[in-house]
Amino acid sequence: MRVGLFIPCYVDQFYPNAAIATLELLEKLGVEVGYPAQQTCCGQPMANSGYEHLTGGCNDLFVANFAEYDYIVSPSGSCALHIKEHLHTHDNEEAATGIRKKIYELTEFLTDVLKVEKLDAKFPYRVGLHQSCHGQRGLKLAQMTELTASPFSKPGSLLNMVEGVELVPLKRADECCGFGGTFCVAEEAVSAKMGKDRVADHIQAGAEYITAADLSCLMHMEGILKRQKSAVKVIHIAEILNGVKESVA
Amino acid sequence: MKDHAELSEVFNEDEQRVNWHDETLWFVRQKRDKASHQIPDWEELREAASQIKHNVLSNLADYLEQFEQQASNNGIRVHWAADALEHNKIVHGILKRHGISQMVKSKSMLTEECHLNHYLEEQGISVVDSDLGELIVQLAKEPPSHIVLPCIHKKKEEIGDIFHEHLGSVKGEADPQVLTETARIHLRNTFLSRRAALTGVNFAVAETGEFVVCTNEGNADMGAHLSDVHIASMGIEKLIPKRKDLGVFLRLLTRSATGQPITTYSSHFKRPRPGQEMHIILVDNGRSVQLGREDFRNSLKCIRCGACMNTCPVYRRSGGHSYHTAVAGPIGSILAPNLDMKQYADLPFASTLCGSCSNVCPVKIDIHEQLYKWRQVIIKEGYGDKKKAAAMQAMAYTLSSPKVYRLAGKAGRWVIKHVPFAVNNPLNPWYKHRDMPDAPKESFGEWYRKNRK
Repeated sequence: MRVGLFIPCYVDQFYPNAAIATLELLEKLGVEVGYPAQQTCCGQPMANSGYEHLTGGCNDLFVANFAEYDYIVSPSGSCALHIKEHLHTHDNEEAATGIRKKIYELTEFLTDVLKVEKLDAKFPYRVGLHQSCHGQRGLKLAQMTELTASPFSKPGSLLNMVEGVELVPLKRADECCGFGGTFCVAEEAVSAKMGKDRVADHIQAGAEYITAADLSCLMHMEGILKRQKSAVKVIHIAEILNGVKESVA
Repeated sequence: MKDHAELSEVFNEDEQRVNWHDETLWFVRQKRDKASHQIPDWEELREAASQIKHNVLSNLADYLEQFEQQASNNGIRVHWAADALEHNKIVHGILKRHGISQMVKSKSMLTEECHLNHYLEEQGISVVDSDLGELIVQLAKEPPSHIVLPCIHKKKEEIGDIFHEHLGSVKGEADPQVLTETARIHLRNTFLSRRAALTGVNFAVAETGEFVVCTNEGNADMGAHLSDVHIASMGIEKLIPKRKDLGVFLRLLTRSATGQPITTYSSHFKRPRPGQEMHIILVDNGRSVQLGREDFRNSLKCIRCGACMNTCPVYRRSGGHSYHTAVAGPIGSILAPNLDMKQYADLPFASTLCGSCSNVCPVKIDIHEQLYKWRQVIIKEGYGDKKKAAAMQAMAYTLSSPKVYRLAGKAGRWVIKHVPFAVNNPLNPWYKHRDMPDAPKESFGEWYRKNRK
């Protein structure tokens, strides 16, 4: 099994530790991982702003970089969902269709493909799990509170395999953090208020760390936590599952 | 005119009020959860409702003609209105014929959409809204901020002030029971003295030619039963094929709206009582255009429960008036651009696309996916922000070239690390309430080249 590692642009540039943890975790689980050096972005920032017609360059690059792999894995539910729903290309639609079917968000891949049942990691902290909307409602990584259906959580189950993790109960288990791509600047007032409220929920629950399967939400909440000079930190789920080690300062 | 972002910024100047608004509507969402989770086949009910409406939309012309036929047989006078103005003229024409200059109205979002009150006032006809929430916003000279809870943006103390000014209640009185009684006395006189009543329509049954009006206050019934002339206004999408379909929709409507099992009154109007005139106005006003838009036609399945507003984290923190349209919130944001793409170009962007709206929708409208699709249409039609267009072009150029991307990334990180004031300033909207992420010394790509190959 050959897995292509897709590291979204902002993770590559601002959160390399989450990417390293994803790579190490997959390697530890015996997966042969390739990282195509010419990758950039899934195209979502343009598409969600109404400029899907400008994503052709990103789409062509994505297909060229990832068509050869058996699976494509990304530590971002939002970017994985965008590829799954919107990747098309004029030159090689067959390859694009293949990619749409074989792209996975990390926790989904660990749960559904690798069927991970135990992890060698320790993280002795109280952790708030933020359910990122695109991962949860788009990729169905966890049950949604709106539906009348049985509960499950792929990221939650994986976190429970880590020694010492104590998941704290939130008042609103799956409310959006307000990031929303360009929404965070175009609708600054509501976006920031949503972020403040989400962070407050984790803090009242006693979280020492906020984690998620998406760094965009964590980046948003981190920006608010730092402004408030809070001691609460954000950490990508891959870093917890991998056991926090190597870091790029 | 201010757009959604600007109006939301004003709304957010009073954070305590935003918290109160958010908590109030979240409470309604929780009531909805409690009510819906008690029905084991809730998801099947939603699917059934969605499919019934799918049938209606696919055969709308036939059902409309069937309804017209049946209603006419029952003695109801049926009118057709192509747009808001024609609707308003029909209402005015009926009133004029009877020499009526005062009308009582129960809740109807369609008449808000058509700006009927304003039109009739210009013709010298006074309209009193009899739904308590509608009455409050009417006295305050404001539009409703929510389709089910029209004055949800007002605190009880503010309502006390309005009633003191207009209805003569004691100054400073804010007890809901007392205020409701004040409105009740005021409205009782209105009901007794008005010869014409207008109601909305929740469901119209093609099979029988009857229509159903759902209220909690009984005000629609009081108005209709005491009037010589009953006018009902309905959008053409309010049809359902058969009476038995009500068993699906009435179970869904109020549980979704307020968490009640059913409204206090689900009143069926089938024929005028002897001596009464009953009119129904079938209003298109853009609906047949929306029906022709393949990506957006499902929006016409809407039964106006308001669940998408109560669950929307943006609506709860921006208020209904920030949407500057009769129907606010997520559903309004996919309906309004059909009516005027330029005026409502901002609304499909007033969302994080979190998808909660689609999950609570009792007729399973793919609201957040339609928001995404409207964005594409609005930009292609040229109603986007020109500055943003240039930024998007630059971004697409950068991300389409691995080389340019790596250079830009490196430059960006260098700037954040070495000249932070270049980004940490008021020109950067992110920075107003949020710090920038730290800039690591190397990207993952750079780390990978050193450590893996």
